Amino acid sequence: MAGLTAHTLTCVKRDRVLFADLSFTLPAGSLTYLRGPNGAGKTSLLRLLTGLSLPDQGEILFNDAPIAECLPQFHASLTYIGHKPGLNSALSAIENLQYWCAQHSIGFSLDTAYKVLTILGLVGLEDIPIRMLSAGQQRRVALARLWLKSADVWILDEPFTALDVNGIKLLETHMRSHVEQGGTVITTSHQALSEVAGPVTLLDLEYRI
Amino acid sequence: MKALWSGIFKRDLALAFRQRSELAQPLMFLLMVVTLFPLGVGPGPATLQKIGPGVIWIAAILSSLLAMDRMFRDDFWDGSMEQYLLSGQSVWAISAVKVLVHWLVSFVPLLILSPLLALFLNLTVQMYTALMLTLLLGTPLLSLVGAIAVGLTVGLQRGGVLLALLLIPVFIPLLIFATSAVDAAALQLPYRAHLAIIGAMLLAAMAAAPMAIAYALKVSQN
Repeated sequence: MAGLTAHTLTCVKRDRVLFADLSFTLPAGSLTYLRGPNGAGKTSLLRLLTGLSLPDQGEILFNDAPIAECLPQFHASLTYIGHKPGLNSALSAIENLQYWCAQHSIGFSLDTAYKVLTILGLVGLEDIPIRMLSAGQQRRVALARLWLKSADVWILDEPFTALDVNGIKLLETHMRSHVEQGGTVITTSHQALSEVAGPVTLLDLEYRI
Repeated sequence: MKALWSGIFKRDLALAFRQRSELAQPLMFLLMVVTLFPLGVGPGPATLQKIGPGVIWIAAILSSLLAMDRMFRDDFWDGSMEQYLLSGQSVWAISAVKVLVHWLVSFVPLLILSPLLALFLNLTVQMYTALMLTLLLGTPLLSLVGAIAVGLTVGLQRGGVLLALLLIPVFIPLLIFATSAVDAAALQLPYRAHLAIIGAMLLAAMAAAPMAIAYALKVSQN
């Protein structure tokens, strides 16, 4: 089963130890809610888990193999949505998603894309440059990737930012159905997840001085 | 391969055509710099012919620096770069495609404009042929080497001037060989050796630059 294991991770930023000897497992079929105050290293930890940056010590295992050794397979079964939406502001929602799918070698059909954007409540906004959309709508376009790519592991950094109540509920429902199908989700958020999201494992980071 | 073609190449071309003004401005800058020279140093045909190749090359280098950071700047700040790195495509191949598109949209228009510049500066046909050949071999080199520096400075808030300071010294050898090729052409001497050296620099850059760009981009994420 797909799962992600962190083994004695240490991350140092500007001579400050964010966390040290951190070990945990994100088993398949689980939703992990990463908590911690500002500056505790939540984003740094998530970026380590994606392989975008490298830990100062320790390693991350995907299906019991270090991610450095199976990077293409790992990235093929990963969707990461970071702080930055990863959308070009001059391109429309459809174009952004189409090029993203092509980069990730996912089959793309306009029908599917329109369907996903309809679920996300973006009907009529598909062809407008992203910069004309509101922050919440931009976030919804970024989140459309979770519907388009069938990845096992989702790493989400503050996915609820700028979303309205309906948007939050929609995403929580989607996370729950993903977990029920055996997917792995790790997310950060400033508001507690509601019961819509299903059973949650908590992972706390402390602010270290 | 298909991922690079329809995910990166087509995307960058579409973006370039959507942001036409950003591409036209460096070209206008080039045109204006070149027209300043006859006004500044006097319109004597012999003088212009003497300084012409150097003026065109220096203007091309300076104007290319203006738009160089377009290559990765937006992708870095809007997070597209993170998505590239997680796409499963090799980063060096993505970099190579982005450099190719950059060359197509910023230097091919310059090549098309170059007969006009040659006319402004009273270059002979032999000189113009040599200039065209040096531009054809030299401008991809500008894109390739420039991309390494853009990759290194992309995470900085104001990397523009630093980029110029890093790159101008690196372009000196290219400038020397390119202008001396045109000088040789003016004297009806063979200039194949100059072209061969520029070609060799280009081949070396083609082999090494994509790896260096990929490394710089990965480091910029840390």
